[in-house]
Amino acid sequence: MSTATELIISTLIVLGALFVLLGSVGLARLPDFFMRLHGPTKATTMGVGATLLASAIFFSVQDRGVSLHELAPLFFLFITAPVTAHLLAKAALHRKSSGDTSGQAAQASEHEPGQH
Amino acid sequence: MMRAVLPLPRVSLMVFVLWAVITNAASFGLLVLGAILAIVIPLLSRNFWPTPRPLLRPWRGLRFLGLFALDIITANWRVARQIIGPLHRLAPAFVEVPLDLRDPFIATLLGSIVSLTPGTVSIHVDQQRWVLLVHALDAPDPQALIDEIKERYERALKEIFAC
Amino acid sequence: MLNAAIEIAFVLIAAALALNLYRLLIGPDTTDRILALDTLGINSIALLVLYGVSKNSTAYFEVALLLALLGFVGTVALCKFLLRGDISE
Repeated sequence: MSTATELIISTLIVLGALFVLLGSVGLARLPDFFMRLHGPTKATTMGVGATLLASAIFFSVQDRGVSLHELAPLFFLFITAPVTAHLLAKAALHRKSSGDTSGQAAQASEHEPGQH
Repeated sequence: MMRAVLPLPRVSLMVFVLWAVITNAASFGLLVLGAILAIVIPLLSRNFWPTPRPLLRPWRGLRFLGLFALDIITANWRVARQIIGPLHRLAPAFVEVPLDLRDPFIATLLGSIVSLTPGTVSIHVDQQRWVLLVHALDAPDPQALIDEIKERYERALKEIFAC
Repeated sequence: MLNAAIEIAFVLIAAALALNLYRLLIGPDTTDRILALDTLGINSIALLVLYGVSKNSTAYFEVALLLALLGFVGTVALCKFLLRGDISE
């Protein structure tokens, strides 16, 4: 492995981890649920994407031939991140509009003994 | 004949490429297996797919994909700065974007694109009024955001899929 | 250099996991907890891929792919429960 490729892989790995951390900082720090949604959908997805890309380059420059299979989870994550965000936002809106108590009632009834 | 074996050519292509990527295209046998899957899966799942829209301008589509990739990266810089920076300066807002397109699949595509790019997450596509409900992390000027989404993404999608 | 980069990345992702755990514990709402769990899953994919690179083995890749699939299905199922559970009240 040449120094140049090593530099590229190292940069991608550190950048990716940094973005993963940023996504979680957003998740922990932002004050409102809909704002918290932004961190994991964008920063985390891109961070994991960069890590997977680094892994693809790393295994491609070993002498086992081109390694493309990291592209599958990459593709999958970029497709599912908006869907997850969309569903979570919908669930949050639904709970807000129907009042928080009804949601908790639904959970409580799940744990009620003697129902089965 | 072609229609009977490959009712959904784009789905078949996708299955085949995905199979090749996952198995790293390790051997000829695996590729043959991928080809069989690419024929069988669309035949079995034919009834579940929406009627596909003709992809009118594939090259425009590829260029749009490149632009979209760049947008994802710039979007992340912006969101990263906003997350680290002072929170009281952010102006989060729900914004309703009126849509010109009238196709459920393309509207979903637009919603996904909006979720991955600058400071916005799409929450709901209203198919009665054709409005996209979007939450923005920092939108001091909602009208500018609406214009940006319509100019940058919706028009491109409409050109690519001709609707 | 690569080893140093991987070490740094491990530390950063561990910090991210701790932050996710913090959000998972304090909530305040169920949707926050689901979001935290989902992020926890995605972050562990990054951790697994990095571990594969550091051990120079492709065996961890399949685990990462499965984790991505299961995490997504789990999150969707939980969201659907929240949406439906309220409707059936």
